[in-house]
Amino acid sequence: MLKDIDRIFTNIYGLNDCTLAGALSRGDWDGTKSILERGNDTIIDEMKVSGLRGRGGAGFSTGMKWSFMPKVVGDRPHYLVINADEGEPGTCKDRDILRNDPHKLIEGALIAGFTMRAHAAYCYVRGEFFREAEALQRAVDEAYAAGLIGKNACGSGWKFDFHIHMGAGAYICGEESALIQSLEGKKGQPRLKPPFPANVGAWGCPTTVNNVESIAVVPAILRRGPGWFSDLGKPNNTGTKLFNISGHVNTPCTVEEEMGIPLKELIEKHGGGVRGGWDNLLAVIPGGASVPMLKKEVCETITMDFDALSAVKSGLGTAAVMVMDKSTDVIAAITRLSKFYRHESCGQCTPCREGTGWMWRMMERMKIGNATIDEIDLLEEVSRQIEGHTICALGDAAAWPVQGLIKNFRPLMEERITQYQAAQANAAE
Amino acid sequence: MRLSESNNMTKLTIDGQEVEVEAGVSVLQACESIGIEIPRFCYHERLSIAGNCRMCLVEMERAPKPIASCAMPASEGMVITTNSPKVRRMRQSVMEFLLINHPLDCPICDQGGECDLQDQSIGYGFDKSRYTEEKRIVEDKYMGPLIKTSMTRCIQCTRCIRFAREIAGIPDIGTIGRGEHLEIGTYVEKALTSELSGNLVDICPVGALNSAPYSNKARSWEMRNTESIDVMDALGSAIRIDSRGNEILRIQPRLNEDVNEEWISDKTRYACDGLNKRRLDQPYVKRDGKLQPATWPEAFDAIAKQLEGKDGSKIAALAGDQADVESMTALKDLMGSLGSQNMDCRGEGWALDAAQRASYIFNTTIAGIEQADACLLVGTNPRIEAPVLNARIRKRYLMGGFSVAAIGPNVDLTYKHQNLGAGPQSLHEIAEGHGEFAQVLENAERPMLIIGMGAIERGDGAQVLSLARLIAERYGMVVDGWNGFNVLQTAAARVGGLDVGFVPQQGSLGHGGIVAGAANGDIHTVYLLACDDFDSAALENTFVIYQGHHGDRGAHVADVILPGAAYTEKTATYVNTEGRVQLSSRAVFPPGDAREDWTIIRALSDVLGKRLGYDSAPQLRSRMAEINPVFAAYDTVSPAAWGTFGESGNLVDLPFTSNIENFYMTDPISRASQTMAECSDVFVTQTHGGKTGTNG
Repeated sequence: MLKDIDRIFTNIYGLNDCTLAGALSRGDWDGTKSILERGNDTIIDEMKVSGLRGRGGAGFSTGMKWSFMPKVVGDRPHYLVINADEGEPGTCKDRDILRNDPHKLIEGALIAGFTMRAHAAYCYVRGEFFREAEALQRAVDEAYAAGLIGKNACGSGWKFDFHIHMGAGAYICGEESALIQSLEGKKGQPRLKPPFPANVGAWGCPTTVNNVESIAVVPAILRRGPGWFSDLGKPNNTGTKLFNISGHVNTPCTVEEEMGIPLKELIEKHGGGVRGGWDNLLAVIPGGASVPMLKKEVCETITMDFDALSAVKSGLGTAAVMVMDKSTDVIAAITRLSKFYRHESCGQCTPCREGTGWMWRMMERMKIGNATIDEIDLLEEVSRQIEGHTICALGDAAAWPVQGLIKNFRPLMEERITQYQAAQANAAE
Repeated sequence: MRLSESNNMTKLTIDGQEVEVEAGVSVLQACESIGIEIPRFCYHERLSIAGNCRMCLVEMERAPKPIASCAMPASEGMVITTNSPKVRRMRQSVMEFLLINHPLDCPICDQGGECDLQDQSIGYGFDKSRYTEEKRIVEDKYMGPLIKTSMTRCIQCTRCIRFAREIAGIPDIGTIGRGEHLEIGTYVEKALTSELSGNLVDICPVGALNSAPYSNKARSWEMRNTESIDVMDALGSAIRIDSRGNEILRIQPRLNEDVNEEWISDKTRYACDGLNKRRLDQPYVKRDGKLQPATWPEAFDAIAKQLEGKDGSKIAALAGDQADVESMTALKDLMGSLGSQNMDCRGEGWALDAAQRASYIFNTTIAGIEQADACLLVGTNPRIEAPVLNARIRKRYLMGGFSVAAIGPNVDLTYKHQNLGAGPQSLHEIAEGHGEFAQVLENAERPMLIIGMGAIERGDGAQVLSLARLIAERYGMVVDGWNGFNVLQTAAARVGGLDVGFVPQQGSLGHGGIVAGAANGDIHTVYLLACDDFDSAALENTFVIYQGHHGDRGAHVADVILPGAAYTEKTATYVNTEGRVQLSSRAVFPPGDAREDWTIIRALSDVLGKRLGYDSAPQLRSRMAEINPVFAAYDTVSPAAWGTFGESGNLVDLPFTSNIENFYMTDPISRASQTMAECSDVFVTQTHGGKTGTNG
């Protein structure tokens, strides 16, 4: 269990003063100038050594990502874009950073921006996070007033501006290239890659898009040393992570824990245990709506980190743990997710536009059993036809929950179909 | 395969074959270069890449996912597989997704038989349908009188959006909604305000955007296709005429990279219904003050009787905007043998100097626009005078490093440009090197100037031409290997007429003199060769022979009507504004007793006892080449020698305007076309929506 001394987000519950004064008292903005004085290359090296992997879901090395930015600023300025479009169902970690610990994000943005030679950061905040954006804006105003950012950020001589941009409520705008499109005032639709944002990003300029949590942990890592961070967690899955525990647990919460904590421990210690006891557990979706679910047998031993979860063909994603006890109609639950993805598909590319609707319609029938056994295979096939064939990962995200359902609960699906058919036959007699 | 001499080559392996391609091309293009076909819907080589249909997915070694070959640049050492079972399966998947919500109403769809979705479904699709859910229905959209929409058929490839934004330069179409509910639309209901909108029908790979006038008229395989040349403007766009029996059902573009790429204007495409209306299908002779049907011998006799014993030098001939070179040559020769040189093909543009070819053609060439780095437009609105050429200017504009300024009408040309003023004063300023744009021209390496007929068809046309020549010379527009002086003709017949010398000789009358002479009795007979676009009322008291294909303005004042052939009904020579000599092809026969134009003049010459010395079209074309060697080579342009032209003198202080007011009605064919009349209503006079049912 994470020791309090290793905790990064010391005000994640907003129990203490959220203003600059409070943040300073917790150690934020301490010696930021001296961090910047280490220079771009050193900071990137330290970030690589820390082993921080992107906290938005894909888990790509943050230091590596930063190193993809051009080393010299040409005729196009560099931009840092912070992804605060936290739309993944079950996920609510960035929201708490925005409203309770915003200075960590702003300080991280300055360091990241400086490192990537960007004079401006754009923070794209989910449209529904109105209060959060207000809280962030208050913190930004404080930081400007205190000279922490602005023309001469922290006295470093580096000019740095922090802009907040509100989204309008589209899940797809959390995809980095769709986010850039939306930021530019266009329809939020993912772009083709290549070119990657580090070459052609916001307004055609080199851009790096990072998750809120990734940026917010940067100051602590550089202040306490990359070794401190990499000693936490497991090899290749280092540091601490905010976990969101929701669903059928006694005390749903957001909690910072070490990477690699056993799922069972996470649920028992922080979630207050599964409603009705551990044996009442049916399944867990371990990383936000888009990753395949885990059955109870797997949940017994699995640890919460990127590698362990991908080894069981699921994923850490955003580390939003959704717990389902035995009262759950798991087919109905996945049907609801299919409906969500069908609704949020941008419609740009064929497999996702057409396939998400097809899957949802079949799922609606599966929910009541109005299907044939063969159609389970068809459903699986349709999901495979979407997966990997789309411009962005939304297609995959829509396919995986369905695949997870079929993999783990096929007998249940078959049973429901049989029951439905029997009921129909009875009614006909 | 291309040679690997240059360093800009990339080597990759496709299906086990090593391929070398130019750096920067896509994997799809690399596949095509060795003859491997990659199915696609959204990809179009003249549009930006969308990569959204996913039909072109191929496998790439070491890539975790398949790649969209249209969007992936070919790079060194790539290993691509396009023929694996996995790729085949992916194509089937995408085809299946595209078809689940497609209505499959091919038997009643105009695209049937020439539909990408149909063809690729046969080549790459499943053999059965597995979709049992409800299908999507999409409400049809109004996009104006030319485009018929069936949006349920749409596969959301966005080609139309990209065409409208990139080629046509109008932001009128976009997507609304998302997911399954993504629809193509015009945001607010409106007709597309582009003169190139008909190309959307070609661009659409399915039957969502179809031609409204052609709707449900024919199946594509019933028609005969004739490759020909357009005469609705002076570009000579390559067209394909689709006819069934003796009726022309539609006109489509043909590829000609030098002229129209693969676009044509809406008038070129849609005026063809005018070919079936108001046609002159038999000779007429005026008897008892009224035009009455006659036979060919009666018509010729009436002419012979009129000319008998009269002074041959008091006959005159005017050739119109769509006259072909063969008939103008024959008429010129006939006039000569009758003893008259009173002839003109220039209309109000009498200032054009037939002796200086460089002074009346588009010297830069249309494709040459892409090499220019600055452009000055004088008295022209290319958007309506030559929409396809305007698209080429826009194409150049989009490449960057190209400044455009206009002197004349301040209009939306679909690209950013500076309006320097409307009148001659602004032209003087450029000529004297004043102003910002003079500096731009000064610094340009390959500047060009386009002077429209609006600036020439005025009393001081010769002075305007002279000033334009001085500007061209001042800014180095005419140097070795580059000629930036351009006249944008608006009549398909004009350059050919000038080339063949259908102009008055020294001492004889030109257009103005002929019209005036007819009014005051100096001219007793006027021969109008498809000549309609002038104030024909002045000819009321003269004996008028009208040879043409439509009962238009010229026919109204005629004493004898000789029914000729429209451009789709004869194999004839036209020279486009660049000076490109091209041959049209006969797609159908002229209606009734109408005949090919040069044969009418040849027959008349017999009756008048002045038999012309050619009995066949090839002989006539030899005669044309004898008059001007440009007619010896078809389909090419050769640079014209620079010389002195125009007359020095003061310009009249009147603003320059375009010589076309209504794009949709410029000639007898478009004036007879119902479709063009509808467009005119919607786009020009804007009576659309205000109609009460009692209008007209």
